[in-house]
Amino acid sequence: MVTSIEEITPSGEQPSPGTPESWRRFFSFSTDHKVIGIQYIVTSFVFFLVGGIFAMIIRGELITPEADLIDRTVYNAMFTMHGTVMLFLWTFPVLAGLANYLVPLMIGARDMAFPRLNAAAFWMVPIFGIILMASFLVPGGPSQSGWWAYPPVSLQNPTGLLLNGQFLWILAVALSGISSIMGAVNIVTTIFRMRAPGMTFFKMPAFVWTVMSAQIIQLFGLPALTAGAVMLLFDLSVGTSFFDPAQGGDPVLYQHFFWFYSHPAVYVIILPIFGIFSELFPVYARKPLFGYKVVVLSSVVIVILSGIVWVHHMYASGTPGWMRMLFMFSTMLISVPTGIKVFAWVATMWGGKIRLTSAMLFALGGLIMFVFAGVTGIMLASVPVDIHVNNTYFVVGHFHYVIYGATVMGVYAAIYHWFPKMTGRMYNEGLGKLHFVLTFIGANLNFFPMHPLGLQGMPRRVASYDPEFAFWNVLASIGGFLLGMSTLPFILNMIGSWIQGEKAPKNPWRAIGLEWLVSSPPSHENFESLPVVVAEPYGYGKSEPLVSNLDALEVAHESN
Amino acid sequence: MKIRTIVILAVVAIALGGISLWMGQQAYTWFPPQAAAEAVLIDNLFSFLVTIATFIVLGVTGTVTYVALFQRAGKYDSSDGPPIEGSITLEVVWTTIPFLLVVWIATYSYQIYDQMSVLGPMEHMHLGMAPAEAAPMGAGTSDAEPMERIEVLSRQWAWEFRYPEHNVTSTELHLPNNQRVTLALTSEDVIHGFYIPAFRLKQDAVPNEVINFELTPIREGTYRLRDSQYSGTYFAAMQTDVVVESPEAHEQWLAMAATQPPQESYNQAFDEYQQKYEQDTPAGWPSVIPAAPPVVNYASPESQPI
Repeated sequence: MVTSIEEITPSGEQPSPGTPESWRRFFSFSTDHKVIGIQYIVTSFVFFLVGGIFAMIIRGELITPEADLIDRTVYNAMFTMHGTVMLFLWTFPVLAGLANYLVPLMIGARDMAFPRLNAAAFWMVPIFGIILMASFLVPGGPSQSGWWAYPPVSLQNPTGLLLNGQFLWILAVALSGISSIMGAVNIVTTIFRMRAPGMTFFKMPAFVWTVMSAQIIQLFGLPALTAGAVMLLFDLSVGTSFFDPAQGGDPVLYQHFFWFYSHPAVYVIILPIFGIFSELFPVYARKPLFGYKVVVLSSVVIVILSGIVWVHHMYASGTPGWMRMLFMFSTMLISVPTGIKVFAWVATMWGGKIRLTSAMLFALGGLIMFVFAGVTGIMLASVPVDIHVNNTYFVVGHFHYVIYGATVMGVYAAIYHWFPKMTGRMYNEGLGKLHFVLTFIGANLNFFPMHPLGLQGMPRRVASYDPEFAFWNVLASIGGFLLGMSTLPFILNMIGSWIQGEKAPKNPWRAIGLEWLVSSPPSHENFESLPVVVAEPYGYGKSEPLVSNLDALEVAHESN
Repeated sequence: MKIRTIVILAVVAIALGGISLWMGQQAYTWFPPQAAAEAVLIDNLFSFLVTIATFIVLGVTGTVTYVALFQRAGKYDSSDGPPIEGSITLEVVWTTIPFLLVVWIATYSYQIYDQMSVLGPMEHMHLGMAPAEAAPMGAGTSDAEPMERIEVLSRQWAWEFRYPEHNVTSTELHLPNNQRVTLALTSEDVIHGFYIPAFRLKQDAVPNEVINFELTPIREGTYRLRDSQYSGTYFAAMQTDVVVESPEAHEQWLAMAATQPPQESYNQAFDEYQQKYEQDTPAGWPSVIPAAPPVVNYASPESQPI
C-alpha cells in the first residue's frame, strides 16, 4: 500500500577511501555517520583517560593537607584542564558520538542530513584537543583560572605574553562551541526531516527525543557562551574592558553569560543519558517504557526550564535577594519532570523479567547515583543551604555524582548495549561485570566523601587544606585511584572483544528498535529500502511487528 | 491479597519515615559548631531536606534493589513481562506530590532566607520589623544603638579588617558575641569569597563594589574564615581566624589594638612566594605576585612569623 518514494540506489563513488569496510575508514574524513560516531567515541575516550590522569594527580595532591606534591600553579592548571577536558573533550563528544551512531539508525535514515558538516564537526575535536594540550608548552603554562574562567582571575596574565595558556583555552572552547553548533544543526535537522515513513514523533524512541531536546538547548545556549568567550578574549588580548573592573567593566556580567549556557549544558549532558536509561530498562526488564509519552514530553519541559535557572550558580555572588529567590523556585521546579522520569523507570522495571547484563548493571548503578545527585541538587537549589555549601566540596560531590555516577555510567551502559551492533562482536560479560563493580565502588568512594567535606566547610579548588579534612580526603583519593584502575578491564574488554569476540547476531538482546532489524554492524547506508514503521517503540510483551517491510530492509547477504 | 499489599506498603513507609526522621536529626552533627544565629536557621532547613532526601533515596534505591534481586528472569525464560504501558493515576500522583513538595521546600527556604536577611531585609519586609530570629533580643537593627560596621578588605592573598570608629586594623576578624554586625565587603583585585563555615555564611567580594553583609555571632570561640571564590595561585592559603568574644572583651581588644603601632603582619602567600623565588629554578609556572603583607595594628597571633 505504501509505495516508497525513496527508491534511490546508492550510486557513484563511495565517500570513504578504499572499500567501505576497511579499517582505514576510521582514520579518514569519512561521511558515514556510523564511522563518525565511532570516531567520536574513541577519540573522546582517549581524552577521558587524559582527564583521568589529571584527576589522579589532583587526588594525589589532596591525599595530604599540605601543598607538597606539585607546585600550586601546577595544581591550579590541573583542575582547570581536568574540568575542561572532561566536559569539552570527553562528555560532549562521546554523547555526540552516540547520537551520531544511533539517531539515523533509530529513525530509519541512511545517514545524517549533512554528512560533510558532520565529518567537519568531528574533525574539529582533535584539533581543539591539540590546541588545548599545546597550552602546556607555552611559557606561562596552561590556563589556571578554572573551567569557569571567571574574570578578573582569567584576565591576569603573569607572563604578559600575547600567546598564553588562557588565550589557547578560550580558542579551544570557542572551537568546541562551533563544533557543537554544527553538530546540533545537523542532528536537529536529521530528526525533523529524515524520519522513515510512519516514524511519527510519538513513534520515535525516547533516546531520539532526548537527543533532540539536548541539541535544541545547544542551539539557544551556545551563542551566549560564545559571546562571553569572545568578549573575554578581547579583554585578555586587546585590552577592552567588558569584564575588567580595573577599567570599569563588570565581572559579574561574565558570570551571567557563562552560566546562561553552562547550566543548560548540564541538561545537554544528562538528557541523552535519560534517553539511554529509557532504552535499556525496557529491553532488560522485558516491559514497555512506562508512560512513554509523559517521559518524552518531560524532556521538553526540562528544555524550557533549563533556560531559566542559571543564577543558582551565583547565589553567593553579587546578586540581589529577589533574584536568588526567583531562581530558587525555577530551579526546584526542574525536579518535577526529572522525578517523573525516575518513577517511570522504576515502574518500567517493576514486575518485569530482569536480566543483569553489564549494560543493565551500569544503567541501574547510574540510576541510583543519579537519584542521590538529585536530592543533593534540591539542597543546593535552596538558597540558605547553598549560602553555606556553595563553592565547597559538597558541590563537587554533587556534580560528580551527576557527571560520573549518572553520565559516565550511562555512557558505559550504552557502549556495552550497542557494542554488538557497532562492531559485530559480543563483549565479555565477566570483564564487563568486573568493570562495573570497580566503577561503582570507586565512584562512590571517590565522590561520597566530598559531601561531608563540603558540609564541614572545605572550599573546592584548594591545593592545601586544614588537617581536620584529611580523613575524608584520603578515602576520596583511594576511590579516585580505584576509578583509574577500573578503566583497565573495560579497555581490555573492548579491544579484545572487537578483535576476537564471538560474532554478534542482528539482535542479541531481543530488543525492539529499527537498529536491531539490520545486520551487526549495519551495512554502509543502513537500509536497502527505508523501513515503514507501524508500531510504537516499546512493544515488549505485545508481539506486534515494528515495521511492515521487514524483509526488504536489507539485501540478502551473498555468503551466509 | 489487596489488604496484604496495603499493609506491607504501610509498614515499609512507616519504617522509611522513621529512618528518615532519624537521619534528619543526625544531619546536625555533620556541621562545624553553630556559631551564628544564621547557622541555626540553616541547619534546621538542612535537617528537613535530609529527612525528605533520605525517604526518596531509600524508597527508590530499595525498590530498584528489590527488583534487581527478586524479579530476575529465569535462565531459560525468554518470555516478556506484562505489557503495561502506563497508568494515568500513578503519573498524576507522582507529578502532583513532587510539585507540592517543591512548593513546600521553596516556601520554607524563602522564609529562612528572609529571616537570615544577610543582605539587609528584603524590600517587602520594611515594616519596621527586625529580622526576627537572626537578631537576638536587645541587639541588632531594632536597637537604638547603630550596628557595628566593619570593613573587610580582600586582595591576593590576604584578608584585612578595619574598625573605622576605633582606628583599628587587623588581620584577624574580631566580633562581639550576640550582636548583629555589618561587614562591608570589598576587593582590590579579583573576586574573593568571604566564607565562615561555622557561621554557614558566604558572600563574594566584588571589585569596585561594596557589599553590606549582616550576621549575628552567638557562640564565643575561634573559627576559620576562608576564601571561597577561586582567586588564583595562593587561593587555598587565603585563610584567617575569626574570634567571637564577649562585648566587654571585644571593647578591650579594640582599645588594646588601637594603642599598637601598625606593623607588617605575616602572610602565607607572600612568604611562600618569597621562598619559591629564592631558589634558582622555581617550580611550576609564573604567578601573579602576592600583595605585600597587610600593615595592621593587630596581627593574628598564630600566624606570626617564626
